[in-house]
Amino acid sequence: LDVPDQMPLLWALRDVVKLTGTKFGCGIAQCGACTVHLDGEAVRSCVTPVSQAQGKEITTIEAIGADEVGRRVQEAWLDLGVAQCGYCQGGQIMNATALLKQEPDPDDARIMDAMAGNLCRCGTYNRILKAIHRAAGHEEGQA
Amino acid sequence: MNSDRYNLRLANVSRRHFLKGLAASGALVIAARWDVPMAQQGEAPQYGADAMPHGWVDDPNVFIRIDEDGTVTIINHRAEMGQGIRTSLVMVAADELGADWERVRVEQAIGHEERYGNQNTDGSRSMRHWFNPFRRAAAAARTMLEQAAAERWNVPAAACRAGVHVVTHASSGRELGFGEIAAAASRLPVPDRDTLRLKPRDEWRYIGQENTGNGRPLAIDGADIVNGRAIYGADKALDDKLYAVIARPPVYGATLVSVDDSAALQVPGVVRVMEIAGTGQPAGFEPLGGVAVVADNTWAAIEGRRVLEIEWDTDSAGDNAAYDSAAYRQVLEERAQSPGKVIRTRGDVDTALADAQTRIEETYYMPHLAHATIEPPAALARLADGKIEIWAPVQAPQATRDGVANRLGLAPEDVVVNQTLLGGGFGRKSKPDFVLEAASLAREFEGRPVQVQWTREDDLHHDYFHAVSVDRLEAGLDRDGKALAWRHRTLSPSIGSLFAPDPLHKGDFELGMGFNTVPFDIPAMRLENPEAPAHVRIGWFRAVYNLPHAFAIQSFAAEMAAAAGRDHRDYLLELLGPARQIDPRDLGDTWNYGEDPARYPIDIGRFRAVVETATEAAGWGRERPAGRGLGLAVHHSFVSYTAIVLDVEVNDAGEVTIHSADIAFDCGPQVNPERIRSQMEGACVMGIGIAMHSEITLSEGRVEQDNFHQYQIPRITHAPRSI
Repeated sequence: LDVPDQMPLLWALRDVVKLTGTKFGCGIAQCGACTVHLDGEAVRSCVTPVSQAQGKEITTIEAIGADEVGRRVQEAWLDLGVAQCGYCQGGQIMNATALLKQEPDPDDARIMDAMAGNLCRCGTYNRILKAIHRAAGHEEGQA
Repeated sequence: MNSDRYNLRLANVSRRHFLKGLAASGALVIAARWDVPMAQQGEAPQYGADAMPHGWVDDPNVFIRIDEDGTVTIINHRAEMGQGIRTSLVMVAADELGADWERVRVEQAIGHEERYGNQNTDGSRSMRHWFNPFRRAAAAARTMLEQAAAERWNVPAAACRAGVHVVTHASSGRELGFGEIAAAASRLPVPDRDTLRLKPRDEWRYIGQENTGNGRPLAIDGADIVNGRAIYGADKALDDKLYAVIARPPVYGATLVSVDDSAALQVPGVVRVMEIAGTGQPAGFEPLGGVAVVADNTWAAIEGRRVLEIEWDTDSAGDNAAYDSAAYRQVLEERAQSPGKVIRTRGDVDTALADAQTRIEETYYMPHLAHATIEPPAALARLADGKIEIWAPVQAPQATRDGVANRLGLAPEDVVVNQTLLGGGFGRKSKPDFVLEAASLAREFEGRPVQVQWTREDDLHHDYFHAVSVDRLEAGLDRDGKALAWRHRTLSPSIGSLFAPDPLHKGDFELGMGFNTVPFDIPAMRLENPEAPAHVRIGWFRAVYNLPHAFAIQSFAAEMAAAAGRDHRDYLLELLGPARQIDPRDLGDTWNYGEDPARYPIDIGRFRAVVETATEAAGWGRERPAGRGLGLAVHHSFVSYTAIVLDVEVNDAGEVTIHSADIAFDCGPQVNPERIRSQMEGACVMGIGIAMHSEITLSEGRVEQDNFHQYQIPRITHAPRSI
C-alpha cells in the first residue's frame, strides 16, 4: 500500500483498498464501528496507523465468514434479526467474534464488558447479547 | 381511498414504455396509472397519503417486475433506516401477488415522486400510507397473470387461480409459472381498481407473520449487512473519487471572513481548498457554508482541515453567538412562571387550583439532543454533461432532488438521487444539507465523483438539534386525591424557525404531539405556550415534540398519584377516564398527524388497553425489594399507543439499573411483527439514553460536545436486562 504510515487503517481500507464494510463512526475509538482483526485481535482501525498493521494479517467483515466462529456469529445475527440499520453491525460482529475466539463460553457480564465499546444507535443491544450466547452454543433462555 | 371522491382516472398511460421495458429486460412491466388530483378549493379536506405531496401510486408498472426466469422484483421507494420497510413492503406485495419469497428481490427506487408517489420517509407513515397501494398494485399484477394463463389455455379467467409463483387451472390441474406468462400478462389491459380481489387475511402467507428463522422471510438486507456488503452513504464505489470534509461556521449564522489554506495544501493528498456558500438564517435544508478541503482520501481531507486558519464573523449570527444553554434553561424556567399564549382552556383553572386540597407543581427540562446516527452524514455526487447523479442516505429523496436542482440551477429531471441504505435516520437525514454540499463540490470537479464526509465532531456540532424544552405542570387535587385542575406551560423553540422568521411559539403540528392532545379527563385545564426563540438549527428528532410532552405529562401523572396516595396505574387509568373516542379537533388539534380524525380519533380504550397489557406483563403490584420499583408511562404518538413499565433499581450510591422493560404497543394492524418489536426494543434503549445520558450543551453559541466521549448515547451496559 502506497499510503502515509500515519494514515489510519480505516481510511486505507475504505478509500484505497475499497473495502467499505468497515465503517467510520467516530474516529477516536469510541464507537467500534471500524473494528477489524489484526492477527485475530480486535482493533479500532480508525486509530490504528497503517504502519502498525504492517506484516500482520488483517481481517475485515467481508472475510469474517470464512472463519468458523465468525460464520457462527453471522448466523446468530441473522437468526435473531439483530440488525436494524446495520451500520454498526460489522463492527459488532468483528468484536463478538474476537471475544468468542478468546473466550468461547462467556457469561452476560463478560459479554457486556467486551461489547461496551461498540455503540449501536438503533439500540439492538439485547439481541446482540442473545446472539453472542447463541453463537457460543448456549441454550436459549440462558441470556 | 374513496374512488368517487377523487374522480380517479385509470389510464394505460405508457404502453410504449412497458413494451420498451419488455424488450430490454424480458420482464413483465404492467402499465397503469391512477392519477390523484389534488383537492380543489371547497372540497373536503384530504388526509393521510392523499394529502402528501404527489400522493400515492398503486401502479404495478411502477412497483413490480417479473423476469422470464420467474424472479419477482419489487421496487421499494421508501427510505430504509433500520425500520425494515424494504422487507415489510415487499412482504405486502409478494403476499398479494402470490410470490415465493425465495424468488423475490427488492430494488431501491430513485427519488422521483411523480412516478412513485410520496417518498418522504418520516412521520412513521410508510406502512400506514402504502399498505393498500402495494396490495392493489400486486393484486392487479396477479389478476393479469391469471388472465394471461387463461388465454394460453383458452379457458375462462375465473377458472385460473394464482398460487405460489404459479397460476393453476383448477379443473385440469395445469400450471404455468409466473415467469412463463409474465410477457403475455404485460400485454393485457390493467384491471380497474374496483374489480381487484384483495386476499382476505386467511390467505396471507407473509403479512402479519413472524419472520426470523425457519425459512420464513428474513430481513431482506440481513445477509448483506452481516457480510459488510450493504451500501450506505459513503460506500458506493466509483473510479476517480474525491473525498471532502468541510469546516463549517462554529455558530449558527456566522460567516466566513478569511481562510489561510497554505498549510492545508501542503498535506499530501489534498487537492484543493474552496469555499462553500451558505444561505444564512433561516438555514432550511441548505448548507451552512464554510470551507471544503478536497483530497484523494478522507484522511488527507481531515488532516488538511485541521491546519486551516479560518476567521469567522460571528456578528452576523446575532445573539446566537451569545447562546448559552444553561442560561437559556433559566430563562425558560422563569418564563414558565408567567402565563403564555393560551392553547386550550376548560373551566377556571385559577379558581380550581386555589380551592384544591392539595396542590403540586413540577418543572421538567429536556436538553438539546443530537441525532448522532451512527452513520454520520455522507453523500456522493458526480456532475457530467449537465446532469448530476447522487448517492446518499436520505429520508426525503425528492426534497434532495429539488434542493440539488435548485442549488445548481438544473432541472429536476437532470438530477438523479440514488437512495442508499441509511445508517440510522431519526429525522436527521430528512434534511439534505449534506447532499447539497456534495453537489456544490461536484460542480467544481466536473466528471469526478466527490464524496462529502461529516466527521462525528461535525455531526454533533452542526446537527439539526432536538429542541431544548421546559414544561411546567401544576395540578390541584381534592381531599380524595381526585384531579380538579391541570395547568401545563410548554416552552421550546419551534422547528418553524428553520424555515421562516422565528415564530417563537410551537406550531400546530408541534403542539399536536401530545401537548394539546393530552386526553386526561380533568374539570379545569389550561394549556399555554410562552415564547421561546431558537438559537441553533432545530429539527425533527425521532418522535419529535412527543419526547418532552410525554416525559413531562407522564412523570407528573406519577407525582399526582403519589400526592393522592394512590396506586400509579389506577390513578393513570382514572385520569384517562372511561373508554371513549375523542375527536382531536375537540382538543384543539386540527393536525392529527395528517390523518383523518374520524379514522384516527384519540381512542381512550386503546390507551387503557396498552396500560393494562404492559402492567399485567410486568406483574404490577408485586412486592419489590428495597431500592426497586416499577415505573409506568403511556403515550399516543403518531397515531399509535404505547405503554411501558420499567423495573428500576437505584442502589445506595444512586446508580440506576434497569432490570426489565415491558412494552405494550398498539399500532393497529401489523405487517411485520418482528420488525415492530425490534423498533420498540431500540426505541426503549434510545429513550433510556435520552432520559439518563444524552445532552448537548452550548456556550457562546458553540456546541461543547465533540464526540461520543462527551455526548453519551446508550451502550450495551445501559440497556434493560430484558425487553
